[in-house]
Amino acid sequence: MKTWLKVLTAILLLYTIIAGFLFDVPRLNIVNETIRALYFHVPMWFGMVVLFLISTIHSVQYLRNPSFERDTYAVEFANTGLLLGLLGIFTGMIWANYTWGSPWHGDPKQNGAAISLLVYLAYFVLRGSVENEDQRARLSAVYNIFAFAAMIPLIFVIPRMTSSMHPGSGGNPGFNMYDLDSKMRMVFYPAVAGWILLGVWIATLRIRVRLINEKLLNQENE
Amino acid sequence: MQSLKHLFYKELTLELRRRSVISGLLLYLFSTAFICYLTFSLRQNQITPLVWSALFWITILFTVINTVAKSFIGEKKGRDIYYYSIASPEAIILSKIVYNFLLTMILSFTGFMLFVLFLKNPIADLGLFCIVLTLGAMGFSASLTVLSGIAAKANNSHILMAVLSFPIVISVLLITVKVTKNCIDGLDRSVSTNDLLTLLAINCLVTAASYLLFPYIWRS
Repeated sequence: MKTWLKVLTAILLLYTIIAGFLFDVPRLNIVNETIRALYFHVPMWFGMVVLFLISTIHSVQYLRNPSFERDTYAVEFANTGLLLGLLGIFTGMIWANYTWGSPWHGDPKQNGAAISLLVYLAYFVLRGSVENEDQRARLSAVYNIFAFAAMIPLIFVIPRMTSSMHPGSGGNPGFNMYDLDSKMRMVFYPAVAGWILLGVWIATLRIRVRLINEKLLNQENE
Repeated sequence: MQSLKHLFYKELTLELRRRSVISGLLLYLFSTAFICYLTFSLRQNQITPLVWSALFWITILFTVINTVAKSFIGEKKGRDIYYYSIASPEAIILSKIVYNFLLTMILSFTGFMLFVLFLKNPIADLGLFCIVLTLGAMGFSASLTVLSGIAAKANNSHILMAVLSFPIVISVLLITVKVTKNCIDGLDRSVSTNDLLTLLAINCLVTAASYLLFPYIWRS
C-alpha cells in the first residue's frame, strides 16, 4: 500500500473515533447514544463484503492463471474479512444488548451474518484438510467463488424478504430517516472508507509476511 | 448432449446394479422417520405443524447430504481418469446433477409419505408443497454435487462434506421451511410466489456456478 494511503487511513480513523464519540447525534427513544454504533458496526460489514469481494476476485484470477501469489492474496483477504465480520457481529451484539434487550435475538440479518461467517470458517477447514498445495489452492478457490455466490442471497436478499427488527430492513427506518440534517453522514462515509482501508492494510501486511516466509523457505531449500 | 445422456444412463444402471446403496438410503430415511415417531410415540398431539416441518426438513437434509455425497466420494480411485479421457467435465457435472435431482426427488417424496404414515399430514395445500419439494430437491442436488466433488479430493471427506454444505444449503432450506409453513397454514398461493421465485433464482445461480467451476476441480 502507498504511504499516502496509510496516512489517509490513520487520519480518517482518528477523525472517526473523535467525531464518532464527540459530535452531536439525533436523540431518539430506545436507540439514544447507541446510534453511534453506526460509525463502528456498519463499516465492519462494508469492510467485510469488500474484502471478501477482493478475495473472490483473486480466486477467479487464480483459476485463470494459477500462481502462489494469487492464492496468498485470496487467503489473506478472506482472513481479514473474517476478522472484520467477527468484529461486526460482536459490535452488533453489544448494540442489540442495549436496544433489543439481548445480544442474540434471532434476527434474520444476524442469522445470515453468522451463516456467512460459517462459510468462510468452512473455507479454512477445507484448506486445512488438503495436503497437496496446488490442489489446496485450486479447491479452495473454487469453494471461495461458490461460497461468495451463495452468500449474496443470504446477506442481501433473504433479510429483506422477511420481517426484521434490524434498522434499514423490513420496514424499519435506516439511518436516512433519523438523520434529517445529514450530520451523521459527515462521519459515516469517512468511517466506512477508513475501516475498509485499514482492512486492506492489514491484509497487505499479512500477504507480505507470507510471501517473505515463502521466499526464505525456498532459499533454505536451495 | 449425447454424452450427457450416456453418462446419465450409466449412473442409473450402476445404481440399479448395486441396489444396496439405494436401499441403504431408503432404510436411513425410514429409520429417521421412525425415530421421530418413537420419540413422540404417545404424545402425537405435541407435534405441532412447526415441529413437523422442522423434523421433516432435518430428515430430508441429512438423507440428501448422504445421498449426494456418494456421487463423487464413493467413486473408485482411477476411475475419474477414465471419465476424464472420454467425456467433458461439463457433461459429467450436468449428468450428476440431473441424476442426483432424480434421486433426491424420490427420497423427498418417500420421506413425505413416511412422515404422513407415521406422524400426520398437516399440509393443507398439497400441490404447492409438491412444488416446494421439487424446487428444494433441485437446489440441494445442484449445490451439493459440486461440493461432493470438492470434498472427494480432500482428506476426511465425509466430515468435510457436512461442514462445506451446511452454510451453502441453508439459504435453500430457509426458504423451503418458510413456504412449508405457508402450505401448512393453507395460505393463498400468491403469498408464496415471491419465495418460490427466489428459490428458483438461487437454484439457477448455484447450477450456473457449479457448471462454470467444476472443470477446475476435475482437472486436478
